[in-house]
Amino acid sequence: MSDASLNTSKVQGLEDEATFGDFFALLKPRVMTLVVFTAFVGLIAAPVSVHPVVGFAAILFIAVGGGASGALNMWWDADIDAVMKRTAKRPIPAGKVTRDEAFAFGIALSGFAVVMLGLATNLLAAGLLAFTIFFYIVIYTMWLKRWTPQNIVIGGAAGAFPPMIGWAAATGSVSVEAVLMFCLTFMWTPPHFWALALFTKMDYDNAQVPMLTVTHGRRSTRVHILVYTVLLAALAIGLGFTSVGGPIYLAVAVVLNLNFLKGAVDIWRRDEAASEADKYLAERKFFKASLLYLFAHFGAIAAEALLAPYGLGGW
Amino acid sequence: MSLSRQHEMHKRRFSRNLGLGLVLAAFVALVFGLTIAKVSDDDFAVTTEEAN
Repeated sequence: MSDASLNTSKVQGLEDEATFGDFFALLKPRVMTLVVFTAFVGLIAAPVSVHPVVGFAAILFIAVGGGASGALNMWWDADIDAVMKRTAKRPIPAGKVTRDEAFAFGIALSGFAVVMLGLATNLLAAGLLAFTIFFYIVIYTMWLKRWTPQNIVIGGAAGAFPPMIGWAAATGSVSVEAVLMFCLTFMWTPPHFWALALFTKMDYDNAQVPMLTVTHGRRSTRVHILVYTVLLAALAIGLGFTSVGGPIYLAVAVVLNLNFLKGAVDIWRRDEAASEADKYLAERKFFKASLLYLFAHFGAIAAEALLAPYGLGGW
Repeated sequence: MSLSRQHEMHKRRFSRNLGLGLVLAAFVALVFGLTIAKVSDDDFAVTTEEAN
């Protein structure tokens, strides 16, 4: 082979060779930000002090574990990702990373994250992280995602574990507060996602993934949003009366949940004709409010924990 | 045969290798920090027999 032959890199496929950024994209960095934030809140809300380096390491390894499950999700769902516009540019369908590379990367990082979290904190936190990865990949991605329209409900559980893992990393146990923080994200995910499904023309149908809007119709989706929002509001306000709550959290929760409930009722009362007339304004407003909703609830829990040493946070 | 000339492929791989190198260096620093944090902990103690 001569130097000249190396210039025909396109023939050899070198132009499509993965960069560092392509491997980083396999970790689903946007999803990772939610994992980092909620794990951080779970960790600082815990009623024990954690060395800053240990806390940083714990959140980092939880994030790496979450990222690894993202890579494994892309490995399994490469066929779906190639069909849908939203995901067609991901590293595997774009031809930057092979499925085998993504699988090896995801498995290696999963093992690394679980072992390192166990060494840095405790076995319970490591076990919960391992279970989260297993749940997201095997239970959700491989089994239920293509089988039931309740896939979003079940998938939401995987995204809800980080605050519980953060809490376990700090305390070595799981308490009612940790379970309620889990439930907050778990119950929030379905109305958040179904509102998005109502106003976007998603191509899940092409990928043969059952979505509630398609399998049960849009009327049923509106009812589902309302039911989940009512349950979520009760849960979110209930969390305010536990040790992680306080006046700040309760005030934020009452205002945001009243607003969220009003949005859900608006969506429930509308039909498709009304929605199409104003280009799904109520659904879009509800979706935007849902983003602020989760951030503000966990932000308020963090505020209670951070202000407590000054006698301002908590009950 | 040696690849004496700088090829575009080398530039691309350099960025990947640099990224991996920085990640590994950060990991080493983190493990060092964790070690210091763990041995500075009040709960950390070496039993007399082990110490001897």
